[in-house]
Amino acid sequence: MDVFSDPANFDEYTTGFLWILKLTAAGGFAAFVLGVVLAAMRVSPVPVLRGFGAAWVNLFRNTPLTLIIFFCYFGLYTNLGLVLSDELELNNFWLGVVGLAVYTAAFVCEAIRSGINTVDAGQAEAARAIGMTFFQNLRIVILPQAGRAVVAPLGSILIALCKNATIVGTIGLAESSNAMKNLINFNGDQVIPIFLVFAGTFAVVLIPTGYGFGWLANRLAVKR
Amino acid sequence: MTTGEPLIVLDKVNKYFGPLHVLQDVDLTVDRGEVVVVIGPSGSGKSTLCRAINRLEPINSGTITFDGRELPAEGKALAKLRSEVGMVFQSFNLFAHKTILENVMLGPVKVRKEKASVVRERAMKLLDRVGIGNQADKYPAQLSGGQQQRVAIARALAMEPKALLFDEPTSALDPEMVGEVLDVMTSLAREGMTMVVVTHEMGFARHAANRVVFMADGQLVEQDTPDAFFGNPKSDRAKDFLSKILTH
Ligand SMILES: Nc1ncnc2c1ncn2[C@@H]1O[C@H](COP(=O)(O)OP(=O)(O)O)[C@@H](O)[C@H]1O
Ligand SMILES: [Mg+2]
Repeated sequence: MDVFSDPANFDEYTTGFLWILKLTAAGGFAAFVLGVVLAAMRVSPVPVLRGFGAAWVNLFRNTPLTLIIFFCYFGLYTNLGLVLSDELELNNFWLGVVGLAVYTAAFVCEAIRSGINTVDAGQAEAARAIGMTFFQNLRIVILPQAGRAVVAPLGSILIALCKNATIVGTIGLAESSNAMKNLINFNGDQVIPIFLVFAGTFAVVLIPTGYGFGWLANRLAVKR
Repeated sequence: MTTGEPLIVLDKVNKYFGPLHVLQDVDLTVDRGEVVVVIGPSGSGKSTLCRAINRLEPINSGTITFDGRELPAEGKALAKLRSEVGMVFQSFNLFAHKTILENVMLGPVKVRKEKASVVRERAMKLLDRVGIGNQADKYPAQLSGGQQQRVAIARALAMEPKALLFDEPTSALDPEMVGEVLDVMTSLAREGMTMVVVTHEMGFARHAANRVVFMADGQLVEQDTPDAFFGNPKSDRAKDFLSKILTH
């Protein structure tokens, strides 16, 4: 464990994991908002919107995340000149957020849509019959009831997102996997402890996250 | 108690489900204050007819006019029309995540933007009227089928609709609960509510309906007063149907 007693190494480790948390938070928030919008499109009465939602899901769910992140860097930034921050590393961070959000939103959309499918069709029909618009129906009747079925899968998606965030390291961000690689390069005799600390940090954060979502799903299931 | 003033007018309405011609040139006029019972064999298009009237089911040709205006195609105007036509479903369809009181209040508050305090009072009166006032804070799943259906009627009434559509409102109920729902419907009929009721309850048809409409294979085969229809059906289809349901 001597590696981490060196303040510079310890700093590299915490900075790395902090990036992971920031990527997860920003990417997760954007993916959630985008996923809800996409799910609404997929169940909307407008064929063009349904088609757009379906195309998004099929395109991004079936493309490796590494390719999407590379495209954000080489395509959006290098080629098309999209600059999201003047500071180089921060720019890479935001490009990573875009890639993670676009990719994860496809999964969020499908989780929400399958949740919507668990709600009896009669519920939406009764809402339409009293004159609710499509959005009122979704907001007041369908999504609150779909919520129960959506919470647990959303937990899994968030956990996957957190681990996927390490891929942003490939476009120049000193996140956990890069930090670990660096520490191993200079401390070849301590590979296993280094690995255990990094992996353990993920586990310490993600295991309670999983239980938290499970607990939330149960709570929502009772009330009805 | 009909006024001779048409409220719902169907003119040459046709509806297909793929190749299936479910409504075939259906003409039907329901006057303000009239109670029309629709009967006919399963699969004859009764539900589709009922659902076409508030456009839960779009039609392929013909016109449906409600209160002098043709049904709007989509959007806000359609939502407004639906808020003026109450619908009661076979499977109740109360909002499962809302209390009984919330179920009744939701339409007036969210759709018509009425003040919650005003609506609450009206909703409680309606719940009292259908005999559920003391269950207002329960959830639908905690009520019996008959109670849920009475709440569904109160929910429809809370919008102060110009007409009510019932699609087999007692078919999903245990026999001992049918009466309590029919009682509510009968009293609404007496008060002059315009009603289209798909049902196999012949007792209700006889004493509450102004007119009975018989459907078979997507067509309106015949229509008459209850006495004339049950006493002296004209078409073979109707005779056959009545002999089947009345001999049990
Ligand atoms: N959504 C639908 N898609 C395809 N066929 C349908 C649909 N709804 C009803 N049908 C068919 O249309 C016919 C009429 O149905 P319906 O109006 O429910 O009859 P009823 O209420 O008189 O039993 C039936 O043959 C039924 O199978
Ligand atoms: Mg039916």
